Amino acid sequence: MQRAVSVVAHLGFRLQAFSPDLYRPLSFAQDVLRRTPLYDFHLVHGGKMVAFAGWSLPVQYRDSHTDSHLHTRQHCSLFDVSHMLQTKICGSDRVKLMESLVVGDIAELRPNQDKVRELQNQGRDVGLEVLDNALLALQGPTAAQVLQAGVADDLRKLPFMTSAVMEVFGVSGCRVTRCGYTGEDGVEISVPAAGAVHLATALLENPEVKLAGLAARDSLRLEAGLCLYGTDIDEHTTPVEGSLSWTLGKRRRAAMDFPGAKVIVPQLKGKVQRRRVGLMCEGAPMRAHSPILNMEGTMIGTVTSGCPSPSLKKNVAMGYVPCEYSRPGTKLMVEVRRKQQMAVVSKMPFVPTNYYTLK
Amino acid sequence: MRAVLCSLCAVLAPAAPCLLRAWQLGAGVIRTLCMGLALLSVCKFTEKHECVTTENGVGTVGISNFAQEALGDVVYCSLLEVGTKLNKQDEFGALESVKAASELYSPLSGEVSEINEALAENPGLVSKFCYEDGWLIKMTLSNPSALDEIRS
Repeated sequence: MQRAVSVVAHLGFRLQAFSPDLYRPLSFAQDVLRRTPLYDFHLVHGGKMVAFAGWSLPVQYRDSHTDSHLHTRQHCSLFDVSHMLQTKICGSDRVKLMESLVVGDIAELRPNQDKVRELQNQGRDVGLEVLDNALLALQGPTAAQVLQAGVADDLRKLPFMTSAVMEVFGVSGCRVTRCGYTGEDGVEISVPAAGAVHLATALLENPEVKLAGLAARDSLRLEAGLCLYGTDIDEHTTPVEGSLSWTLGKRRRAAMDFPGAKVIVPQLKGKVQRRRVGLMCEGAPMRAHSPILNMEGTMIGTVTSGCPSPSLKKNVAMGYVPCEYSRPGTKLMVEVRRKQQMAVVSKMPFVPTNYYTLK
Repeated sequence: MRAVLCSLCAVLAPAAPCLLRAWQLGAGVIRTLCMGLALLSVCKFTEKHECVTTENGVGTVGISNFAQEALGDVVYCSLLEVGTKLNKQDEFGALESVKAASELYSPLSGEVSEINEALAENPGLVSKFCYEDGWLIKMTLSNPSALDEIRS
């Protein structure tokens, strides 16, 4: 089992900004949007397609958002995440290439190609190829059991954040990684495009599995305390501010050999201006851009993501506050609908995670 | 779409209570619609998808099935208090689902005479029975003839 390249994906730096404002019904300009290998499959299964980050993807299917979300926590759901392109990086200097990149948006092609060219110009041996693969995420407590029926490998030996290549439900050359973005146990399966529909169909044959779209994906990741790139973190946030210091390897911190090290490493040792925290409240839901206030009524920060939690039946959110307000249990206020509501800083994940680790 | 919806309101006889069926977005298929006795009178719809029926100078305001379908399962509802005076298009509350929020605008001028208390405990009523138990507010109309300005 190898440490997956998609460890970067786990670090919270997923593709592109995502907010309800980016949804638009596909009434025009359909030829401008990219389609995954499962586009027709989504339509056949009642997928409601929206434009998302330049792709046509289903926001939900026939089930309601809430039902789809809860099904993932209780059974398992299948998501098409093929918009996150998979890239094969080769050459004896491939590790140098990876380490020269900001821990971030590796799915975005142009910066990678520039970096590849830069290293090649220096005489390094490195190449990059985007694979013609779909990416299917199967997430939920019964995901492993569902998948086991279609693979020969013993999935009990594939813990969280490891990966292996195997035949899945008759499709060879699939890379299965024990990871995901919902907080549940599950896998992401990189499957050659030609086998994507067959694999999705085979998985869906198990009554445990239901299709889920972008809407459920967003509320699930928020309950799990996972960031959405472009809203909760962006090129202006450091890993320390984002409460993501754990992503920085010990050796890299000491070597200071990554972009931004001069700013980031001092933050690790000393103070940082603001931190990303979890918030919970009753009453009206907190949403992105809601102001966060201290008990005196002074604005101290902003919510970056928020929604009513289908699992907890309370409102959850993430936002940035100065360090002195970041301790769990700190009482704050959030302005929602022109009213100030009591909120409390909460540990994340809001819903306990169920990653399959070997202890 | 709305014209067809309302002619169905008028035509169907009151039947045993049954669930409103959702629109298929984009497919335009209208499934069975059953209405209670009180709603045999014509529903009128605003451009923002509020729906109002009137009886004896009292308007009952809800949202259209199209709107509740677009919103998704309603998990939060806030409404202004009884006694609030509203002008046409004044905001009288908001509905929120997991993914979306929508302000509510008064289709007519008048005074809020009753708010649906059941929604505090069970906001999902708006999603399931938007034309019956999921009504939002009742209001005494200051100008009953203004109803004619709203399309059927």
